[in-house]
Amino acid sequence: MKTDALISALTADGKKRSPAPHVLITAVAIGTIVSVIALLATIGVRDDLAAALLTWRFDVKLVVIALALVIAVCDAFRLIRPTGRSLLASFNTLPLAVLAVAMITELVLSPVSTWAPKLIGTNALLCLVVIPLLSLPVLIALLIAMRHGAPSSAISAGASAGRLAACISAFLYGLHCFDDSPLFVAVWYPLAALPVVAAAAFAGRLTLRW
Amino acid sequence: MPEDLSNLMRAANSGDADSYRVLLTALAARLRGTVRSKLAHMNKDPQDVEDIVQETLLAIHLKRHTWDETAPLEPWVRAIAHHKMIDALRRRGFREHVNIDDIADELRTAPTSDPSASSDCARLLKTLPARQRRIIEAIAIEGRSAREVAEVFGSTEGAIRVALHRSLKALARAFREVRR
Repeated sequence: MKTDALISALTADGKKRSPAPHVLITAVAIGTIVSVIALLATIGVRDDLAAALLTWRFDVKLVVIALALVIAVCDAFRLIRPTGRSLLASFNTLPLAVLAVAMITELVLSPVSTWAPKLIGTNALLCLVVIPLLSLPVLIALLIAMRHGAPSSAISAGASAGRLAACISAFLYGLHCFDDSPLFVAVWYPLAALPVVAAAAFAGRLTLRW
Repeated sequence: MPEDLSNLMRAANSGDADSYRVLLTALAARLRGTVRSKLAHMNKDPQDVEDIVQETLLAIHLKRHTWDETAPLEPWVRAIAHHKMIDALRRRGFREHVNIDDIADELRTAPTSDPSASSDCARLLKTLPARQRRIIEAIAIEGRSAREVAEVFGSTEGAIRVALHRSLKALARAFREVRR
């Protein structure tokens, strides 16, 4: 077929699709709503939520996750465009630095004998199971939305979807979990997020080619 | 010039079909030049030029909502073209060692087809469902409007447009699966 003929066909197809970022916002919103409902319908949030908000460990936990979440959102929105590049890696040092300061504070404030119990926590296994499960609605919605985009790297875009889904899920799980020590957060939350990111990168490779 | 292209795309996005045609024609000419020199540089078959140009135009069309209207169009087009070029070369065995004896026969068979036509595209069209193919052909090759095609098919103009969009997506998918 002649290129001019193809151009005629393309010109006749006036179907205007919504801008890629709008689709991504919708996906995050729908996925998050499903995850929130899933959380409330199953394990729920902790009973002492209001009291917990007055403790520094609980707040720092949510702040660190929220910082990681903001970076993940920025990355996902950048990577759906063919011209998009990830944010500089140095941005990631922000949540890590907050977490590091919190860990040092924890070590200074707590007797050595409590370090191991705080690190092991009481809910580690639940954390490893619930975070990947709760991330699924967001991840699936995001991957579908990203097919609407044009990422230059399908694997990176998939991984960014995984990171964003894991951050939302971790935040929600953080509202349930009683293990607020930065020592616990630094070990178990990344361990729970890792398989989500890996699976999302692999899924991205399969589904985000264009 | 770059501003002109961005303006054309903005006009096209607000429904100006004439601007869109001018834009795509200009982009096709540019792409043809770039792809031809890249393929020549790598001693690849120049017959593939138009296949790659058409696949890139399809991608530009189907992904145009990923362009940020406040940004210049050119870097975006270059990113799409780069992506499609890499993809096309990989599918054509970019990394494989090519024996000159193997391609000598191919080189001897002079290009019989029109250099501004894509043989892939014509072949891939045949793999689409009959209705999709006939809609594309009626609009692209016979130059009919969606309304005229709708009358022929006893359908509505809207339904024909939806079918055309689906056909173009299917065509882009078929392009992606070409292996050499």
